[in-house]
Amino acid sequence: MDILYSLFFDYTLRTVAIGTAIIGIVSGALGCFALLRKQSLLGDAISHATLPGVVIAFLLTGSKAPLVLIIGGIIAGWLATLLVTTIVRHTRIKEDSALGIALSVFFGFGLVMLAFSQTVPNANQAGLNRFLFGQAAAIIERDVITMGVLGFITLGLMTLFWKEFKILSFDPEYAASLGFPVRWLDILLTTLLVVAIVIGLQAVGVILMSAMVVAPAAAARQWTNRLGLMVGLAALFGAMSGVGGAMVSSLGSGLGTGPVIVLIISVIVVVSMLLAPNRGLVWNWIRQQRNRHRLRLETVLSDLYILSQQHQDPSHGHSIEILRAMNVGRGGVEHSLHILLEKGYVQEIGPDSWVLTPRGLAEAKRLLQDMNGLPQPLQEVTVS
Amino acid sequence: MTTAQLEIQLIAVVVAAACALPGVFLVLRRMAMMSDAISHTVLLGIVLAFFVVSDFGNPLLMIGAAAVGVLTVSLTELLNKTGLVKEDAAIGLVFPALFSIAVILIGVFARNVHLDTHMVFQGDLVFAPFDRWQVLGLDLPRTLVVMTVILLLNAVLITVFYKELKLATFDAGLAAAMGFSPALIHYGLMTMVSITAVGAFDAVGSILVIALMIAPPAAAYLLTDRLPVMLGLSVLIGAVGSILGYWVAHYFDTTIAGSMVMMIGVLFGLTLLFSPQRGLVALARRRIRQKWEFSQTMLAIHLLNHAGTAHAEEESRVDHLWEHMRWHPAFAEQVVRYAERKGVVRRHSGHLILTDTGRNLAQQAMMH
Repeated sequence: MDILYSLFFDYTLRTVAIGTAIIGIVSGALGCFALLRKQSLLGDAISHATLPGVVIAFLLTGSKAPLVLIIGGIIAGWLATLLVTTIVRHTRIKEDSALGIALSVFFGFGLVMLAFSQTVPNANQAGLNRFLFGQAAAIIERDVITMGVLGFITLGLMTLFWKEFKILSFDPEYAASLGFPVRWLDILLTTLLVVAIVIGLQAVGVILMSAMVVAPAAAARQWTNRLGLMVGLAALFGAMSGVGGAMVSSLGSGLGTGPVIVLIISVIVVVSMLLAPNRGLVWNWIRQQRNRHRLRLETVLSDLYILSQQHQDPSHGHSIEILRAMNVGRGGVEHSLHILLEKGYVQEIGPDSWVLTPRGLAEAKRLLQDMNGLPQPLQEVTVS
Repeated sequence: MTTAQLEIQLIAVVVAAACALPGVFLVLRRMAMMSDAISHTVLLGIVLAFFVVSDFGNPLLMIGAAAVGVLTVSLTELLNKTGLVKEDAAIGLVFPALFSIAVILIGVFARNVHLDTHMVFQGDLVFAPFDRWQVLGLDLPRTLVVMTVILLLNAVLITVFYKELKLATFDAGLAAAMGFSPALIHYGLMTMVSITAVGAFDAVGSILVIALMIAPPAAAYLLTDRLPVMLGLSVLIGAVGSILGYWVAHYFDTTIAGSMVMMIGVLFGLTLLFSPQRGLVALARRRIRQKWEFSQTMLAIHLLNHAGTAHAEEESRVDHLWEHMRWHPAFAEQVVRYAERKGVVRRHSGHLILTDTGRNLAQQAMMH
């Protein structure tokens, strides 16, 4: 409760939480488009690749003002994207390798620059390291203002070009045939993604920021098939994990905020994948079990019907062994019989001797009719 | 050059070579980003195993890390198989989660041991010569011994299973039909990648391993069409990049691992630009040549069409090309000069005359 209290009344924590919430909202919303366009790993490459931009921006200006570093990061992230597109478009190297190269080489260059910045006689560079894993506690009001303004512009442009981005994500060829400037829209959307990633670096870090692009969107995707709702949910999940991460890291455990935020959002993803209605794995499993159960009952019922058709005397009983033989590898015959017995579809007229009741007969007929009559098995059995 | 310097370079070369070998197959099988995932998550294996044995020299660390590497692959496939997320998203979900757990474990439990998050992204090659092992009566740096073993292991495995790997890489369907289990080959390769990533972790840290695994093979892929050559070139590019990187780091007093990766990146960039067949420059030159050759063929066809007709006089004037072909005067002049140089046309008092070569060219172009 204390922590909730501080969330509203502690100035520092409130500032940090607003900052991480903005990050979650913007990256969650833009991440939806990346996810739908199968560009999840581009986010990973961009976030790693921003490191040299951030460090060089600092080295050139000597300033750690958020806007300066963010612009540096945007330029580097953008160059990495350009490198990936150039490689993929003009050579036979595939996207995965292009992403891997852009990611690691830019990051390596960033580390070189980082080491270099530490040799520069300027005590101001302390704290650049926090861009690696993020340190939300270091967020101050001017950071939040920068993030807020950039985030607002990003989301504003996203809303403005909503229709275009939507069609670009689902059917780019159709968009092109309608005369949309697909290439420019692609560049704009990617640029917005770069901005969304870069404003999160300070709190989440270059290594884990990619998760903020993929995870909220992947979680939101499970709950809905509508883009608008998905973007809203992703923003909500992103904000939740951001605020959660800020709160945990404010407890003074000395943890980088990035890993905590990522763990929270990962839990949200797992819960969504398990529990979301329609797509959720748990519902799916229940549905499967129900189907299997129903199919087993129906099989036993129709088998009994088939058997009864071959005997003149409908009251002739059949043993479980025979039903099992007709159901090789499907087990559970005895169990199914008892359920059918409870439902009043079959009766046991002697020891291990089962027949359909009139109700069971009617039900079996109805079933077989639904399945197009299924006369073939009848004849096959007769022949043998 | 001191012994320590020599040893560091030797380690760098061995690490680069050990990474490049499995990297070739990652690039060819379009699974490069799995190395990204694995190299991040092996950290979790190292941390967990470290909690058990409390000793960095213990081989259990390697086993733990390899196990988590394979776990990463299976988790990714599991997620992918649910059909709820695509493969790229599956990778992007699994490794940040496992990596975060590792970073948090380090932060909470291991703050006093020599396992800080700094190691995660850059190893300490500078100190590698100080940690020594006595092997076969020799006094060698530990990292060198470990990475040499891994390099030999990779080389032997790739040699022994060369045929299977090659077939499974280029024609997975045929490989499966012939009875080579694709899953076995896949997981075998991923185990190799994991073990290599752990070994290289000491030297270059977990993220730069990706560069060593992907960039040299990708560069080699632009230079050759033959798998054995690609394997050899990858090792060579990795080794050259590492040595260059060492000296750059030495000169600018910066991180060795970072500058190794930077130089390998530079080598890749040079290949990307200047590869004789597939480089961007070769590509651009080919495009430009195609433009001129196409225009020259158009000119030849135009002249041939009107040769011997009543308008031949009118049509063969250079300034007539401006309106007939809708060519800009300057462009038309350039095309004519190009064609003259190639011996396709001759200029005769303001008129163009097709040579025999030109006539052949036009006739052949029209036949196609």
